[in-house]
Amino acid sequence: MSRRVRTVVLAPALAGLSALVYWGLAGLPRFGDYRGPYGFIINRVATPERHMTNAVTAVVFDYRGFDTLGEEFILFAAVVGTVLLLRARGTKPEGERDWIGSDGVRAFGLLFAGPTLVVGLWLVAFGTVTPGGGFQGGVAVAGGFVLVYAAADYRSFRKIGNEHVLDFAKGTGAGGYVVIGLAALVSGAPFLHNLLGPGQSGTLVSSGSVAFINWSVALEVAAANLLLVLEFLEHYDVPLRGGGK
Amino acid sequence: MSFLPYAVAGWIFLVGIYGVATSRNLIHLALCLTVTQSSTYVLLLAIGYVKGGGAPIFKGVKLGTTAVDPIVQSLTLTDIVVSVTIIALILALALDAHDDAGTVNPDELADFEG
Repeated sequence: MSRRVRTVVLAPALAGLSALVYWGLAGLPRFGDYRGPYGFIINRVATPERHMTNAVTAVVFDYRGFDTLGEEFILFAAVVGTVLLLRARGTKPEGERDWIGSDGVRAFGLLFAGPTLVVGLWLVAFGTVTPGGGFQGGVAVAGGFVLVYAAADYRSFRKIGNEHVLDFAKGTGAGGYVVIGLAALVSGAPFLHNLLGPGQSGTLVSSGSVAFINWSVALEVAAANLLLVLEFLEHYDVPLRGGGK
Repeated sequence: MSFLPYAVAGWIFLVGIYGVATSRNLIHLALCLTVTQSSTYVLLLAIGYVKGGGAPIFKGVKLGTTAVDPIVQSLTLTDIVVSVTIIALILALALDAHDDAGTVNPDELADFEG
């Protein structure tokens, strides 16, 4: 299809779609006039029932824990696909790599790698209490490791970001979620039932087995993101000084 | 003003679709897809907003305080993280296409076989 034909087809289709979208949006309750009872109910019962003061995490890992399991496997499958695609193209020999150095970037990485890592771990640890959780914290932890790469160079990054270690961590994180769910099933309770009880509100153990789900998701998300960065660097680092591709 | 957040969500969605349809570069196309997807975040958070409501976190806040809907927030946060990995997959496919066909222009890729 030529560009001209495509534009001719696109224009009326897009006009029709916009009309439909805005017609649909116009039928929504006014902004700020939230009516759905579900959110209000969760806000009211999450803390007394599950001892989690963060209602968002309560939804993610408890009330809708089964959906999150599915979400987590979408992430897992996407990362496995990416890694397979990139690894299939093989690695370049060490000699052909080129290092891009910058004192500013190095200083930034050095300054922020530690704090980013700590913030990430804090986000995960207190995910059931204050804003945060396995998904957000996992990304921050991966970011901390990427900053280590920025501060040092690729070689030192590889020591902590070894593919085998990351593959293992990613699988353990994804599998851990299922194992926690199955543990409940084995003991005679429904899948993903909170076996350890709700714990004490406002503390690190304020959620029973949700804390473990939280950590396993954090492990998977952190490993998955780090693996993505690593694989892209491994196969597509751009040589700057001569050499060509 | 009460319609503005919805209007923004609709606009981001349509702009993203337009970008995908007219893209001349797979990487640009992947980013347009992210833009389209982001419209759902704006829409979800706008729907869940309660006038005068705080964050749905009740640490140090009296239970029963008006707070926004936590469900749309949990949908949004998991999707933001998952979408990053999906984009990585699309970009890996784009790199693959570039290595095989020597181009990332979808129009030229249409004629490429193999």
